[in-house]
Amino acid sequence: MSQTQAINAEREPLFSAKNLKLLKGPLNTINPITVQVLGICSALAVTAQIKPAIVMALSVTIVTAFSNLIISLIRNTIPPRIRIIVQLVIIAALVIIVDQILKAYVYDVSKKLSVFVGLIITNCIIMGRLEAFAMSNKPWPSLLDGIGNGLGYGIILVIVGFFREILGSGKLYGMTVIPKFMYDIGYVDNGLVILPPMALIAIGVIIWVQRSREKELIEKQ
Amino acid sequence: MYSNRYIFIYSTVMVVVVAIILTIVAVALKPIQDNNIRIEKMQNILATIHVDASVKDADMLYMKYISSSFTINSKGDSLPGVEAFPLDLALELKKPFDQQRFPIFVASLDDGRKAYVVPMRGKGLWGPVWGYLALMDDYNTVEGAVFDHKGETPGLGAEINTQMFEGQFKGKQIFDEQGTYTSIKVVKGGARDDDLHGVDAISGGTITSNAVSDMLYDCLKGYVEFFNHQKEKK
Repeated sequence: MSQTQAINAEREPLFSAKNLKLLKGPLNTINPITVQVLGICSALAVTAQIKPAIVMALSVTIVTAFSNLIISLIRNTIPPRIRIIVQLVIIAALVIIVDQILKAYVYDVSKKLSVFVGLIITNCIIMGRLEAFAMSNKPWPSLLDGIGNGLGYGIILVIVGFFREILGSGKLYGMTVIPKFMYDIGYVDNGLVILPPMALIAIGVIIWVQRSREKELIEKQ
Repeated sequence: MYSNRYIFIYSTVMVVVVAIILTIVAVALKPIQDNNIRIEKMQNILATIHVDASVKDADMLYMKYISSSFTINSKGDSLPGVEAFPLDLALELKKPFDQQRFPIFVASLDDGRKAYVVPMRGKGLWGPVWGYLALMDDYNTVEGAVFDHKGETPGLGAEINTQMFEGQFKGKQIFDEQGTYTSIKVVKGGARDDDLHGVDAISGGTITSNAVSDMLYDCLKGYVEFFNHQKEKK
């Protein structure tokens, strides 16, 4: 009986409906930022422009994916009493590696992200996923869950970065997109959008839009 | 249940393994990172004389435009045998003023004029700020300036390394009409148009702006004697 179960488990396709849900869920109905309201701090800090937002999104995705994978691989050996320490060591090591690689290969962006790469260590999403998922699931679903949550975080960053850069500096990815005649007839970039409070408002608007589309997210009174 | 022994061995092994991995990564990437920093320094020096160097041609353009470099002390004497490029300004600024050494890079511009590029370093809001200032051969008028920072607030203090801020420095002067050292101030609320010793500060980046002011004053101070000597010679 247990043997057939094992075989059945092995036969589960890599991208079964269940596994795909791990990947897609965080993009929408269980999004770490807009639904679980985690990782807000860095979402406010690095989204003044779209390029740092994209690099930050990729970095977080890599860290969530691999920390989930590693923790899941060693989950049966971790003594529960020191599990948080083990998780932090793994996350910190991965973040340092990502930081070093950014410094070596995309030096200009790594300067823009400055302290926020190091602060990925304290990003609640990552430890949340390790505790809630990787500690009790197999490596492959854990990897997908990590990628899903990283992307779910990243997509919000990129959306917010898009609006803040275009409204705040009239640029996209560092290139001017608001045509000159708009400035000539009196259009002015909104400096307030560059400041963190507007990022919070932007995320609020995204939550509003998402909740009016996905009715099941609205709490029943 | 896991024994204490298991937990101790587990954590020791884990920490050692992680340390080894991190050491390998750091050592392997160090040459590339150092090269990035070297190239960036060249790009910064070139940017003060309005030469836009990419990562690839920075070496070549540096050789072309920077004709010589030397080191001086705060009394204005040149120090033979001390190479200017690798000199770490952060370490020098920690020494007592009369022991500090300052590098100067001499640039030959396309139109035959000479410019003197000096590095600067100071304390911003979150970490160090630094920059380079190119003076024309009257040792007074600014030809160009670049600034950079470790971790100033994006969109606020970090704006010091935008063209909008750096461009203001061209044509400003560091000595007043009597030849007294005044440096260039970053003025909150905006400098007057005819102010030869002031530029506009950045809204929302007051501490960083003040840091740039202080940095300009403190770092150029070391060159005053040297510039005065040179002006007398002329």
